[in-house]
Amino acid sequence: MSVEVRLPTLLRPHAGGAASVTAEGATVGDVFHGLIDRYPGLAGNLVDDAGQLHKFVNVYRNDDDIRYLDQLDTKVADGDVISVLPAVAGG
Amino acid sequence: MPGPDTEFTDPVLVLSGAQYRTIVAHCYDGLPDEACGLLAGPVGADGEPTGAVTAVYPCTNADASARTYTVDSRDLIRAMRDAESRQEDLVAVFHSHTHSDAYPSDTDVRQAMEPHWLYVLVSLRHAEPVLRTYRIRDGRVAECEVVVADS
Repeated sequence: MSVEVRLPTLLRPHAGGAASVTAEGATVGDVFHGLIDRYPGLAGNLVDDAGQLHKFVNVYRNDDDIRYLDQLDTKVADGDVISVLPAVAGG
Repeated sequence: MPGPDTEFTDPVLVLSGAQYRTIVAHCYDGLPDEACGLLAGPVGADGEPTGAVTAVYPCTNADASARTYTVDSRDLIRAMRDAESRQEDLVAVFHSHTHSDAYPSDTDVRQAMEPHWLYVLVSLRHAEPVLRTYRIRDGRVAECEVVVADS
């Protein structure tokens, strides 16, 4: 499946400044692993050491938060838009 | 209040009276927890907000805590798409400090992930609310002026 991944400001330098990249995969996890292979600077920002979605990142498949779907196992279809947004948080 | 020799950094945040009241009311409504929300407005070619605000989005604090906040992820995407529909961006997050001053905490500074945004703090510790605005970049805090236009 070929999808568009939209990156937040903070991660764009790791992808050569791109706000949006095309990627392949059957699931969001596949897509992210492919992206990390291509842009090693993204490692640790999308997926944590345990292979789970990073705590401080929100990921949406076409505006649905994947935490309410199948997390990184969420299947993707051709033309899906995966949006990555940092968590907006503080104290 | 900042004195005449206090240096503010760009931009000036401009709120209408109605926007100010919406923000403050949402903060009081959230008690005893911290409340949070987002602001949208125009950005320049450099990605920097102009300081104008076209929409206020009161959001759910997913932490439901008096000490921390996290903007609910569904509120975040909804607000972002709404701003994009007007060729605008999210430009700020506001949140309340229930018992401390309107200044970014260490947690606020550590978790500020948007270098282009304004960070609006509303303190509810005194009889009257205090709203102040900051840039948080590279771990450093710089205050921005806030103007509340007459409504």
